[in-house]
Amino acid sequence: MTTEPLDVTAIRKSRRKLPPTLVAGLVLVGIHVIIAVLTLFWTPYGPTEMAGGRLEAPSLAHWAGTDRIGRDLFTQIMIGSRIAIMVGAGAVAIGAAIGVTLGVLAAFATRTLDDALAATLDILIAFPTLLLAMLVVAASDGASLGAAILALGIAISAIVARLTRILVKRVLEMDYITAARTSGTSWPRIIIEHLLPNIWPTLLVNFALQFGLAVIAEASLSYLGLGAPPPNASWGRLLQEAQGTVYTAPFGAVAPGIALVILVIGMNLLADGLRDFGDPTRRRSR
Amino acid sequence: MLLRLLPGDPASSLIAVGADAEQIAAARRQVGSDLPLFQQFIQFVSGLARFDLGTSFISRTSVADEIFARLTVTVPLTLMAFCLAVVIAVPLGIIAAVKSDKWYGAAISTISQLGIAIPVFWVGILLVAMFAVNFRIFPSGGFPHGGWANPGAVIHALALPTLTIAIVMSASLLRYVRAATLDVLGSDYLRTARAMGSGFTEALLRHGLRNGAVPVVSILGIELATTFLGAVVVERVFTLPGLGSMLLLAIEQRDYPNMQGVLFISTLIVLLVGFAADIIQRLIDPRLRGTRRGDA
Repeated sequence: MTTEPLDVTAIRKSRRKLPPTLVAGLVLVGIHVIIAVLTLFWTPYGPTEMAGGRLEAPSLAHWAGTDRIGRDLFTQIMIGSRIAIMVGAGAVAIGAAIGVTLGVLAAFATRTLDDALAATLDILIAFPTLLLAMLVVAASDGASLGAAILALGIAISAIVARLTRILVKRVLEMDYITAARTSGTSWPRIIIEHLLPNIWPTLLVNFALQFGLAVIAEASLSYLGLGAPPPNASWGRLLQEAQGTVYTAPFGAVAPGIALVILVIGMNLLADGLRDFGDPTRRRSR
Repeated sequence: MLLRLLPGDPASSLIAVGADAEQIAAARRQVGSDLPLFQQFIQFVSGLARFDLGTSFISRTSVADEIFARLTVTVPLTLMAFCLAVVIAVPLGIIAAVKSDKWYGAAISTISQLGIAIPVFWVGILLVAMFAVNFRIFPSGGFPHGGWANPGAVIHALALPTLTIAIVMSASLLRYVRAATLDVLGSDYLRTARAMGSGFTEALLRHGLRNGAVPVVSILGIELATTFLGAVVVERVFTLPGLGSMLLLAIEQRDYPNMQGVLFISTLIVLLVGFAADIIQRLIDPRLRGTRRGDA
């Protein structure tokens, strides 16, 4: 071994190499992020501009055709990607904030309180995200983008809380926590310095998966008319509108779905890649 | 029951805009929303004991009757989709695991990855575009008026919704079957059985099936429950008069008795399905039967 120092660098290099799923995920999600940022400054046509004839087929002027009142569909889809990313990021942020806090608290709480929390979370999780979100939207007096984000965030927080609780309990049994405790480190410091860094990678993978699920759930909410109201071009609403004209303009019912699937697959690949990247045993076997 | 805390008075959807205070009070008395929450709750619970889920605010019909009528759509739809999904997912999942080194094994895994990223309503729309518009084989939605009086027409109407749910459901189910099969393939008992001279297929069927089925059955229970509740979206795509569209309408109209009734029945069904899955697991795996004794 000592005669071949090159070997070591080769191993180091291979360890630093990103897994292909992570790269593919980053590219797919990256495309959407770039488009989303771009729509803040520029879109091919105005979002409410009637730029062409009604229900035109895809052409050079209108890459995805036009909708039933002549608006450019490609513009709508681009804006939809901004809405989807806002909803995904917002919902995951809310879910993470509530979920991680609750999970850590549950793991530290007394036995009875912990059991009560765990049982509540199990019941919440048995309910599908979409149904939970529908009820929250119904409760928040009218559909809006904020209500949809909040609703999905609450649904996600239950899943995140349960995962966090399990992870924290596992880490708390480790010897290095006992060691830190014996050497006089305070609990807040243990949480910040030892606990969070150890559970962070697993949580991050879960956040990426939840992001994808939130995008699907938001599209479903919009499809049911419980999501963002008309000025916001959500993919779900675009698909709902296009379903009515599927006989004459089938492409409009296809394009927004493709955009959605690209984003969700990108997020799933990102999650897979992060898992491989964060777990050295899996990394080496590849 | 927490639903009663929602803002927006149900009475307000009964009366015209601009009604005076006296009319509003009368409407409230009529639907019972002037009573304290606690009293409304007692009324609901005592109604349950008599199998009475109350009366809809809007249509003034019995909630239980309405739910029963709609279950005749949602339950067959869910069960048919569930059976179809199992028929698709179990063999494909086993093939994907056993032949993971072949191109078709890998292809099945990749397609199932795609399947879990697609929203169920889009699958529905695509199927409508394909089968109802292009080939004109199946209707794009709706449900025959006579209901089950004409079984052929019902099955014809439910064909595309069933296929829609089955496609999405089998994608996620397939991944679990594949994972369970991979576990079985790596197990010591399978190697032992092979070493003792049984053929690969025989060893897989005799020893692997039972072991692999245990985790899959618990997933099946969850999937069945999720599909039942998730039928909301698919019923909307195909405009079916099922439980999901009843819930959606109740939410839009703030029709609390209907909302409560649907949620109560759904929760009951979800719990029953979970219970059934537990029992089936114990039947398959004798080791699970005794665990409760020393454990709890």
